[in-house]
Amino acid sequence: MEFIVNNFNYWIYVILMMIGLFAMIAKNNLIKKLVGMTIFQTAIILFYVSIGVKGEGATIPILSYEQVHGTHHVEEADHAGEDDSHHAQADLPEIDARTITNPIPHVLMLTAIVVGVATLGVALAISQRIFHFYGSLDEDVILAKIQKGDG
Amino acid sequence: MAPMKIVALITVIITGGLLLYATGDFPAWGDPLSPANNSALSRHYIEQSRVETAVPNLVTAVLADYRGYDTMFETVVVFVAGLAILAVLGQGTSRERAAIQRSAERYQERDMINIMTARLIVPVLQLFSLYVLAHGHYSPGGGFQGGVMFGASFILIALAGGLPEALSRLSIPGALLLAGLGVLLYGGTGLVCMMLGQNFLDYHILHRLLPATDAVMARYHAMLIVEIGVAFTVTAIMFIIYAALSSRGRMTGGL
Repeated sequence: MEFIVNNFNYWIYVILMMIGLFAMIAKNNLIKKLVGMTIFQTAIILFYVSIGVKGEGATIPILSYEQVHGTHHVEEADHAGEDDSHHAQADLPEIDARTITNPIPHVLMLTAIVVGVATLGVALAISQRIFHFYGSLDEDVILAKIQKGDG
Repeated sequence: MAPMKIVALITVIITGGLLLYATGDFPAWGDPLSPANNSALSRHYIEQSRVETAVPNLVTAVLADYRGYDTMFETVVVFVAGLAILAVLGQGTSRERAAIQRSAERYQERDMINIMTARLIVPVLQLFSLYVLAHGHYSPGGGFQGGVMFGASFILIALAGGLPEALSRLSIPGALLLAGLGVLLYGGTGLVCMMLGQNFLDYHILHRLLPATDAVMARYHAMLIVEIGVAFTVTAIMFIIYAALSSRGRMTGGL
């Protein structure tokens, strides 16, 4: 039981992924296969995001103003001129990497979600053509028509 | 039928069992010292990106600068997906496209409540999506999110007032032009860096072109430029996906 509680994020992603995999293998309807594929993809997104979590004390991967620009006044920085950036570097507060959530999984999944929508669109377009051509979205019916040389 | 389901069930249970067995070797939930969280790369992004790019939102900094190649080709994937959908479903013949003009009058027959609600929501939605895009350096947001929301505003017009109404605002050729412009803006930024003698997408050299910037702020501003490119492409392709799928490629009527 403790094994499940400690690894519950992995359990959720495995269960979701297997639901998606089962739908992709067992369902005959092409749209239901696509639904399975999307569930599978969601499982991977959850897995990645859960990898980047850093326990209780960690916050979102957006730094505060002081963490980026230092604690000195803005007006001073404007007059500092050429070596402004070096000054700013000197009095930047230390960042403990353990207090900021890992940004890399978020970046990877941010792009994966949008690309997932676009590729799902392509899959739906092809399904639409198949339905238009064979009059069905059922795999068995389509296969039988292909073997008969129909369409 | 049934045997296939049994085979699938056995496959799924074996695969799931193996994956669950393997989770014992995975780092515990929220472990700050796990390999992914404690890698030199992750720590470099968290500790050094503020010095190197001056962008508070680490996700934006990694997305648009450090992983610029990745994001550029994700944008290309979105662009190619839009082209593929148009290629698979076709754009309809010129006769059908002429019918769009005529069916535009059907706009009046649409439900008044839907149209008025869309009229109220669309400007706010578009303005907010521009805010999400422009404020991506400081808050969750950026090109992908802003672009999807801007595309959603056109989809809302199409849902409320009919597809011809939305196409009269953003035609398919216009959307394709916008999508290509987005990829060009992204790739062009990289090429300009190359012409100035740096690596592709190495933005810091752009301070020679951008006025009143140093090498750090050049990266900061170049990120906004490429995010705008991403937003162009995503906006156009989201609308193309909806328009093509809802009208089976004929671009008339729609839902």
